Amino acid sequence: MACATDSDTAPTDPGPIPRYELKVVVTGGFGAGKTTTIASVSEIDILTTEAGLTTAGAGVDDLNGLSNKTTTTVAMDFGRITFPEQDIILYLFGTPGQERFQFMWDELGRGAVGAVVLADTRRLRDSFVAINWCEHLRLPFVVAVNRFDDALPYEPDEIRQALDLDAHVPLMVFDARERSSAWKVLYALVEHSLQQHSIRQHSHPSASGATG
Amino acid sequence: MPITDPALGDVRPYVLTQGRTRPRHALDLISRLIPGEADPLPFMPSAEHSALVDLCRDSAFSVSELSARLGLPVQVTKVLLGDLIDSGALRLLNPAGPTDPEAHLMEKLLDGLRYRL
Repeated sequence: MACATDSDTAPTDPGPIPRYELKVVVTGGFGAGKTTTIASVSEIDILTTEAGLTTAGAGVDDLNGLSNKTTTTVAMDFGRITFPEQDIILYLFGTPGQERFQFMWDELGRGAVGAVVLADTRRLRDSFVAINWCEHLRLPFVVAVNRFDDALPYEPDEIRQALDLDAHVPLMVFDARERSSAWKVLYALVEHSLQQHSIRQHSHPSASGATG
Repeated sequence: MPITDPALGDVRPYVLTQGRTRPRHALDLISRLIPGEADPLPFMPSAEHSALVDLCRDSAFSVSELSARLGLPVQVTKVLLGDLIDSGALRLLNPAGPTDPEAHLMEKLLDGLRYRL
């Protein structure tokens, strides 16, 4: 766990502080490449922060043998990108993929530009939780299939069908280790969010939150 | 100064907050903090309070970055930051809350991304 305080070393001049802060969520099943994707575009080394959760014991792994309440620590990786010309700082958060932490993701998702849902063709089911979560929060998302090997065993259309994706949701194949590839995914997400934003503005100006 | 004494487990961070688990201020993970008008640290400041103020002198760090750099859970960091906001040592860069992703900002963001493609 990296938690160095490097206040002694003079940082390179960060320039003026950007006025706007935005966030994007990178989500998907365990091992789908969340941290790799963020590391490909982040201007800082990936940081890890711990969100401690106190939850009722039922259905949750008991860590310390405590009877009723368990404190579970969920590690979140994140990075950031500064756009000085645009006066924006963009944070990218990798969410823990487990379903039981969904309530914590909600804080993360609120106010986000959108989400990148990473899909691993070997474990497509893992992406369902992430997709459901985006839909629940009405968070615009794109699905990015991480190409682990050179060959992709399925056609994008087959993956779209297997994930039961709406036609308007962008699906792309990319390589999380490649910076340019990860940039394209981010670009596609923001473009999609912008489209969704204008559709929502025109169709239903007072959209209320999801029920239940 | 990370706090990683395994023998103390999860207890120590909440000793730092004197048992408080809920921050008084609405702080998002991406809320950024900058030095406030006043210098004073809170009553009986901990080393962590001072470390937070020092970090924010360097740059406007977000709640998530401060938490990661000090090795403290997010919730604990938020409580300590609340003390510092109350004392005037720190203040929120955007007091109205984190920026909403409005259309004009997403357009700007697209410009920024296009430049790097």
